[in-house]
Amino acid sequence: MKLLNPLFTLPFLCIAAACSRNPSVLQDPAGPHAEITGKLFRYFFAVNGVIFLLVLGFLFFALWRRRERQLVAPLQPDAQGEKRLLTGVVIAVSLTIIVLTSFVILSYAVDKNLIGLDKNPALEIEITGHQWWWEVRYLSKTPSDVFTTANEIHVPLNTKIRLILKSSDVIHSVWFPNLAGKRDIIPGHDQDLFIRVDKEGTWQGRCGEFCGMQHAFMGLTLFAEPKPAFEAWEKAQRLPAEEPQSAEEKHGKEVFTTGACAMCHVIRGTDSTGYSSNAPDLTHLKSRATIGAGAAANTKGDLGGWILDPHGIKPGVHMPTISQEPQDFQALLSYLETLK
Amino acid sequence: MWWRSLLVVSILMLVAGGVILIREERSDSTTPAAGAARSDAITMSNVTAGGSPVQALPGPEVNTHEEVSAYDVAEGKRLYHWFNCNTCHANGGGDIGPPLMDNKWLYGAEPRNIHASILEGRPNGMPSFRGKIPDEQVWQLVAYIRSMGGNVPFYAEPSRDDDIAAKPPETMAPKEPMEHGANPAAPMP
Repeated sequence: MKLLNPLFTLPFLCIAAACSRNPSVLQDPAGPHAEITGKLFRYFFAVNGVIFLLVLGFLFFALWRRRERQLVAPLQPDAQGEKRLLTGVVIAVSLTIIVLTSFVILSYAVDKNLIGLDKNPALEIEITGHQWWWEVRYLSKTPSDVFTTANEIHVPLNTKIRLILKSSDVIHSVWFPNLAGKRDIIPGHDQDLFIRVDKEGTWQGRCGEFCGMQHAFMGLTLFAEPKPAFEAWEKAQRLPAEEPQSAEEKHGKEVFTTGACAMCHVIRGTDSTGYSSNAPDLTHLKSRATIGAGAAANTKGDLGGWILDPHGIKPGVHMPTISQEPQDFQALLSYLETLK
Repeated sequence: MWWRSLLVVSILMLVAGGVILIREERSDSTTPAAGAARSDAITMSNVTAGGSPVQALPGPEVNTHEEVSAYDVAEGKRLYHWFNCNTCHANGGGDIGPPLMDNKWLYGAEPRNIHASILEGRPNGMPSFRGKIPDEQVWQLVAYIRSMGGNVPFYAEPSRDDDIAAKPPETMAPKEPMEHGANPAAPMP
C-alpha cells in the first residue's frame, strides 16, 4: 500500500499543477453556451443516474429473491397479483413518458436559448486551421480595419462573437472547453461557432481532431478583456510594424526581408513577400504570449532556439532550418524583439 | 505440433509484410546542406538564335534521394505554390515562363541543372533564389518539377492536393510522354 500511494496520487497532483484553471464546461464555464449546456448535462446526468441505480436495485433484488418451487406447478390465476403487476406497469410507463418528455422539452428550450444567443454577432473573427497553427483574421466592414494575427485571439467581454472556421489542409476542430462544444472544420466546408465570454481571463483552446504529427501543439489561446482594453489591442494590431531604430535592428530587418524568412512570413509595413496563410503573420510577434502555437514561451532565447532548430521544439513543423551567420542571426533576433 | 508451425508462419508473414511496406525514408527535421550545389551544372543554354529547334536532352538514369521519396515530392509541390512558381510556370504547362512538364530543357534536364536554375536564376525573367530558399527545399522543388514530366518513380508521385484542386492528382495524370514536335515550339526564355 505504501508503494501504491505515491503512484496513485501523482497523476492527480500533475493534473492539478498543469491546470491553473479547470478546462471543463462543468467546473468553470466562462460563457452562456457552456453554462446552459452544462446545466442540461447535469439534469440528464442526475435523472439518468437515478434510473440507472433503480434498475440496478431491481436487478439485484431479482437475483437475491429465491425462485419459488411452485413455478413447476400449473399457473393459478391470481387476481391480487395481476392488480399489483398492472400498477407497476402503469407507474413505469408514466415515469418513462414524464422523463423522456422533460428531456425533449429541456433540450428544445436549451437549443432555443442557444440559437437566440447566436443572433446579430457584434464581432466576426475568421479562424483558419493549418498544420499546425491557427491563422486569425479580424473581419470588418471597413477593409482597412481587417487585420491578421496568429494563434491568439482577444475578445471583448459580454459580446456576441461569431467565429468563422476554415481549414486549409486536413480536418481540424476548434475546441474551447470552457466556452462551447467542439466544432469540426472540414476543408472546403466553412463552419461557424458562436461564443460569448462573460468571465475575464485567459482561456485555452485546442485542436480537437487529430490532424497530424503536432496535433498536440496546436494551441489557440483566447484572452477575454474589458472593452477598452480590447479596443486598444485591436488598434495596435491594425498598425504596421514600427521602423527599427538602432543599426543592429536595421540590419536585422534587412536579414529578414532579403533572406529566407520573407519567403513565407509577412511583416506588414516591410517588403516581405510572404503570405499570412503560409506562415504566421509576424507584424506584432511580441504581443503574443507563445511561439509555435503554444510550443514555447515568447522570449528572446526561446525565439532564437526556435529559429535555429524548430524541429527540436516541434518535430515535423513546416519551418525549415536555415543556417545563418552569427551576426546576422543576432541582428535578426534584435529586430524581431521590436515587433511589439 | 502443428499449431507451433502456424505461429511461426504467422510471425514470418508479419515480418515480411513489414518489410514490403517499408517505402521511404522520412526524417522529421531537415538536414542543412543535404546536397551541396554541383559545379558541373549547365550555366549556358544550348539553344542558338534562329537555328535548330530546342533539343530534347535525355533525362538522367538515376533519381536523386528526394525524387524517390513521396514525402519530399509532396513538400516540393506545396513549396511550388507557396513560392509562386505557378505565377509564371502555371501548373507545369507554362505561361509567361517555359513549361516544366515537357522534355525540352533549355538549361539541361538533370536535377543538378534545375537546382542551378533555381539558385542562380536564368536570363529573361527567372529570378535567383540563392539565400532565399534553404537548400533541402530547393531539392524538394527539383523533385516535384521533375515529377511533372513523369521522371520520378510512380510510388513517389504526389497524390491529391491538400486544398481543393482544379486538376486531377499527378498519380492519375496520363503517363504517355509528349510526342516530340507535336506541340507548338516552346516559348523562348
